[in-house]
Amino acid sequence: MSVTKIKRKALCLLLISIATNAYAADQEDSSFDNGGKLLLTGGVTQLEGSAGGGLTPWAVIGGYGTDDEIGANAFYTRVNTGSYHLDDAGVMIGFYNRVELSFAQQRFNTEQVGGLLGLGDGFTFKQNVIGVKVRVAGDLVVNSDSLMPQISVGIQHKKNNQAGVLAFIGAKDDSGTDFYVTATKLFLADGLLINGTLRFTKANQIGILGFGGDKNDSYKPQLEISAAYLLSQKWAVGAEYRMKPNNLGIATEDNWFDAFVAYAPNKHVSFTVAYADLGNVVIKDNQRGVYASVQVGF
Amino acid sequence: MNTIFKSMSLFSFLLLGAQVPVLQAQEAPVAQQDEIPQDDELPADEAHASETPAVSPANLASTAPAYPELLPVYKQFGEEAGLVKLMDVFMDKLLADSRMRPFFENADQARVKKHLVEQFCVILGGPCTYSGRDMKSSHAALGIDRANFNALVEDLQWAMNKQGIPFRAQNKLLAKLAPMHREIETK
Repeated sequence: MSVTKIKRKALCLLLISIATNAYAADQEDSSFDNGGKLLLTGGVTQLEGSAGGGLTPWAVIGGYGTDDEIGANAFYTRVNTGSYHLDDAGVMIGFYNRVELSFAQQRFNTEQVGGLLGLGDGFTFKQNVIGVKVRVAGDLVVNSDSLMPQISVGIQHKKNNQAGVLAFIGAKDDSGTDFYVTATKLFLADGLLINGTLRFTKANQIGILGFGGDKNDSYKPQLEISAAYLLSQKWAVGAEYRMKPNNLGIATEDNWFDAFVAYAPNKHVSFTVAYADLGNVVIKDNQRGVYASVQVGF
Repeated sequence: MNTIFKSMSLFSFLLLGAQVPVLQAQEAPVAQQDEIPQDDELPADEAHASETPAVSPANLASTAPAYPELLPVYKQFGEEAGLVKLMDVFMDKLLADSRMRPFFENADQARVKKHLVEQFCVILGGPCTYSGRDMKSSHAALGIDRANFNALVEDLQWAMNKQGIPFRAQNKLLAKLAPMHREIETK
């Protein structure tokens, strides 16, 4: 086993032990707030602004509203990977537990790599993402006597602000649209949530490096998997895996992995901390680091 | 923080038009208060038994199905004595919750608690007999929606936390109760 693997395992264990200890200290419950959904069953906000895990959209509709309610969230996420950092912020509105509209802006800062590439230190790609998700079948919580998951379909339309640089590195477009179908099942008796998302995308590094490339310019299906274990009403730990295409000749693109702890003290706020492994990003291998996210809602 | 939420909520209200029922569920139970018969109650009320058609055994079986494999969970709930205490805490919480109070304040609370103890006891494989009505007919007149249902689950979770019932044991019970939304919800 390599040192990296040991480090990775140790970090996961550390996150789990932090969550477990904090949970133990948190048995005395404060009162619940308004809003019809149960805590943490709305997920958190993923990188592109949709309700889900950290990396991948889930079938849940964001906000704590139910069939006759509207719920809304705002989020801020920061990812430090070693050679880069990402600032990511956005808002989302869930309508009647049926439709979710979202907007997110990602700012990917190349730090000193920008200088090495001749773009200048701190060169930043900015991308706006508009998302729509519709629940088409199922209910995450109440169908605990069947295997029927909650199923949603969605799109994420992305526009990058660095068309010139993207063309130079071989990307075919500075905007693109991802299509996905997602199924989420909560095994309530076991406190286990499993999600599978199939995404059709041309995005390079989720669009930060544009869409399509010299190696491939067609939609490719990508599988995204999440598992979360509920430690209490307020604490969850889990892991995610997101496959990605490999369209650009200048840099290989790796699949993404994270292990996370999510904490929702009440329905108005949640915190997520993850250890994320993003693999190779342009000229830098082994981009690993901390993902931290806060979400507020009403 | 609260001010931020309020102003954001106001913003979304303006954005979406005044006719949109923002946070409607908060007001819904209050609005329904007048429609609820004085002597009605949520889980099991025999007061109307004479007015409703005879309860089918199938409906009753789905109200209190026995799961002998959950006997260890029954023990984690403190058996019947534990369930009695749990229902005291649960009912206090329901009456203190503005979303739930309209459904319970005029009910025969002692009988609701008795029937809940019996129902949970049977489900968890305990040596009890359920003497209440089935879920469908006892909730038919109450106009319960998903938000009401989830609010009740939250209060039950709160009460179970208060009683120190392990989270995993709680979920084993909730997994058996959650499908009852099909009989309980009418809108």
